Amino acid sequence: MTGILLLEQSLNSLQFGLMLFLLAAGLTLVFGIMDMINLAHGSLYMIGAYLMASLAQATGSFWVALPLALVATAIVGALLEISLLRRLYERDHLTQVLATFAVILIANEVVRLIWGNQSLMLNAPAGLTGPVTLPGGMQYASYRLAIIVVGAAVALCLYLLVTKTKMGMLVRAGASNREMAVAMGVNIRRLFTVVFALGAALCALAGAMLGPILAVQVGMGENILILAFVVIVIGGIGSIRGAFVGALLVGLVDTMGRALLPIAFAKMFPPQVASNLGPSLSSILIYVLMAAVLFFRPQGLFPARG
Amino acid sequence: MRLFWAAAAAALAFHVHAANELKIGYLSTLSGPAGAIGVEIRDGFNLALKMAGGKLGGLPTEVIFADDTLNPETGKQLAERLLKRDRVNLMTGVVFSNVMIAAWPTIQQSKVVYIAPNSTPTSITGAGCNQYFVSAAWPNEGHHEAAGHYAKSKGYKNVYLIAPNYPAGKDSTTGFKRGYGGTIAAEVYTKLNQLDYSAELAQLRAAKPAALYAFLPGGMGINFIKQFVAAGLSSEIPLLVPGFADDQDILRAVGEPMLGIFDTSHWAYDLDNDANRKFVAAFEKEYNRIPSLFAEQGYTTALLIDTAVRSAKGKIEDVPAFHKALMAAPARFKSPRGDWKFAHNGTPVQDYYVRVVAKDNQGRIVNKKIGTVVSGLSDFWAKDCTALK
Amino acid sequence: MSKVLKVAFPLGIVIVFPLVMHAMDQQFYISFATRILIYAMAAASLNLVLGYGGMVSFGHAAFFGAGAYIVGILAFEGVTSLWISWPMAIAVAALAALVIGAISLRTRGVYFIMITLAFAQMMYYVFVSLKAYGGDDGLSLSSRSTGLGVSLSNDFAWYYLVLVLLGIVLFLLHRLLHSRFGRVIEAIRENETRATAVGYPVYRYKLLCFVISGAIAGLAGALIANQTSYVGPALLHWVQSGTLMIMVILGGVGRFWGGPVGAGVLLALEELFSGSALLGSYSLHWQLPVGIILLAVVMFAPQGIAGAFAKKPQ
Repeated sequence: MTGILLLEQSLNSLQFGLMLFLLAAGLTLVFGIMDMINLAHGSLYMIGAYLMASLAQATGSFWVALPLALVATAIVGALLEISLLRRLYERDHLTQVLATFAVILIANEVVRLIWGNQSLMLNAPAGLTGPVTLPGGMQYASYRLAIIVVGAAVALCLYLLVTKTKMGMLVRAGASNREMAVAMGVNIRRLFTVVFALGAALCALAGAMLGPILAVQVGMGENILILAFVVIVIGGIGSIRGAFVGALLVGLVDTMGRALLPIAFAKMFPPQVASNLGPSLSSILIYVLMAAVLFFRPQGLFPARG
Repeated sequence: MRLFWAAAAAALAFHVHAANELKIGYLSTLSGPAGAIGVEIRDGFNLALKMAGGKLGGLPTEVIFADDTLNPETGKQLAERLLKRDRVNLMTGVVFSNVMIAAWPTIQQSKVVYIAPNSTPTSITGAGCNQYFVSAAWPNEGHHEAAGHYAKSKGYKNVYLIAPNYPAGKDSTTGFKRGYGGTIAAEVYTKLNQLDYSAELAQLRAAKPAALYAFLPGGMGINFIKQFVAAGLSSEIPLLVPGFADDQDILRAVGEPMLGIFDTSHWAYDLDNDANRKFVAAFEKEYNRIPSLFAEQGYTTALLIDTAVRSAKGKIEDVPAFHKALMAAPARFKSPRGDWKFAHNGTPVQDYYVRVVAKDNQGRIVNKKIGTVVSGLSDFWAKDCTALK
Repeated sequence: MSKVLKVAFPLGIVIVFPLVMHAMDQQFYISFATRILIYAMAAASLNLVLGYGGMVSFGHAAFFGAGAYIVGILAFEGVTSLWISWPMAIAVAALAALVIGAISLRTRGVYFIMITLAFAQMMYYVFVSLKAYGGDDGLSLSSRSTGLGVSLSNDFAWYYLVLVLLGIVLFLLHRLLHSRFGRVIEAIRENETRATAVGYPVYRYKLLCFVISGAIAGLAGALIANQTSYVGPALLHWVQSGTLMIMVILGGVGRFWGGPVGAGVLLALEELFSGSALLGSYSLHWQLPVGIILLAVVMFAPQGIAGAFAKKPQ
């Protein structure tokens, strides 16, 4: 295993983990503060990516379209919360699962009706389409490096927001004890809407940044949504710090499975089997990890609830 | 609940089907990242149908489209619906081999002839051959075997192989290895419809092969090539692909970074024959874009059906006779790809060309033919087809 | 309407349906109806554990898919007799339910939902990893199960066999729910603390309920493998679990006919909105009306469709 390979795979895992964190952060806040299982979170990610692709085409610029897409998705998220989702906070989890599952179906179809069946083109901004030479001589895709930078910056901002600002304090209060926060006079309804919109914006950021690497297609949210749930379970529901650590951990295991295991297996199995076994095994491992946390330490690695 | 069944029954009673028409079940992948291929084939098919006045073989033709969304189970269910509910008398359209293999038992059992405009799995054309399956495209290993020959002629010391982990992916590496005959640096399979190739590219970079042969069609190809270029590997490792992985659907998406990539194909848009010039001109006029090899496949499929049904005088239920008409058909019409014929297992025997991605004199990015790499290449697995000898 | 008529009329329709379809030359719908019957069984099994048992299992597809795969794998290896493969499907699904239930039932509330989901995803990836049995591409069965003397590829025979099996399952479920076991399970669902205080071994009852439900799902899985002559990992995916839950909620959680009614309604809606008659070509556009209806039911009629017709408040 050469050093270059290890370095590149580590960067890949960091890139994936940070994007997963963006999704998990919003999800964990909603789950932690409003006690709501929101399966439609993946749909916000998809809508964010679609809006980004359309805006990028319309404005001709990636960087101009990005803030517009974030704001637009935040508005969509807020509208969704106000019109529908806030009625679910008081309901039981089964109802939340089914209602948000219905939202997934509706969202998929609406997107298909508006944008059609084919996947949309979203390209990396000019200037970031080529490689950058890292210290040491290795080349790495500059866009992926940009994702790491953006992801890390947003993580830092979120951390500062939650720990150093008044709103962040309200969020943490709400996450650790909602009834107490309400009793203390926090305008809980507005807080919820703001948290939800923030989560939607984070989803949009992940969708927009990943769009050039993946494909902007209907149903893109479902696959990554379930990983986001794994992350918040492992990290601790309601905890941003937990989401961060959980996301990096899941990113690491996933990349290890896609990259390192097949190489190891190639010595033992025929290529088709080895290529298949690696990713499957790491996925199984991720869910074993999730089940283990749920069983032994359900509050997660960094419990938010007091 | 009861009311629903009554209403449905009434609605269905109005579903009348004529005996003297061609009802074609067209099962294809028309959505998602891979959907662009299905759309290309369909557009080529529809063009030929339109040019024939909506009639193939002289019979009024109805085509029922179904989208399998690259899901084998959906494909199987849709095939069943087309065959049992809509009672189609001919089937075509499947793009991907995993869907083809899942749907095949249903098609075979219904005793309806299937004409492949794309996927031609070796498991169906080899030992499992029968008269219900005919391909107007190519044997699955054709392009890859030709590419192998080309790689051999370039004298590459070793070649790194990447393909998706599904039946056609396996066929691609098998075919390439047979044509190339040299050292394989590595054989890596990716997940079908995988979009992020960071792991594979890192491995590739570390392996430092003399050349890379990657079979990644549709959206997979778009993402792979973009990421391959972004990672700085396009300047280090020569990339060779089958025609599926760098034709118009991908060229439109990726563009200039692809200039200089070599590929093998059974057709090139600048082939020098009348039928091709007619096809290309008509396609560009109808759809306002340059046709890809997929479009040519769809077009030729429709022409093949037209010719065969005509010479069988519309009696397609008489499968042995229809099969014979199909086998004899290529000599009776002019296809854009030039002259070709069938091997006894129902797969085309034809020439394969080397193409390069370059700009034409209007500045558009196209695949230009540079030369012929193999003449009259036939399906290696035809040797196992004893049932049709 | 008298109680006898309420049962006899739908029963009559269900029995006569294939003959009517045959007379109308619409044999395809016999196969479609069989599909509904199979999902009715799967949904009924989920209703047992979800509606009556109060356990929100988001991993039910694991048992459904496992049962299907057992039949598929055995058929691939040459064992096609249903006397072997179907009981094995039930046994394996029950075993999986035992293991998964034993662990999951130690957790509560939302953690229970998540852990059942985790286990189902685990099993999904296990089957994906089995490249020898198709992996992602799945496995085709060359024919339906053998062993009954009648060829099950005959649509009629297959329909009536499935109908009989569904009838047996529903009958057994009815007896179970009206027995002491059923009453204890409902008591546990109403108030678990009270049930424990009274002295019931709550965990064991819940686990038994879970296992029975898994076993029935396994049988339904064996049937679906035969129905489509194909098994693929998608049968175990969480979206499939969600679909089963939708059927139960549409039909009525905790209502006896909730499972079958929900399965019928959902599949009929799918058929109605994706058929070429309405839209010119087959498409997935059924997701929109189904999503809207589901949302409406969840928000406004949580008792489901069967619940809306029920006389007794429950």
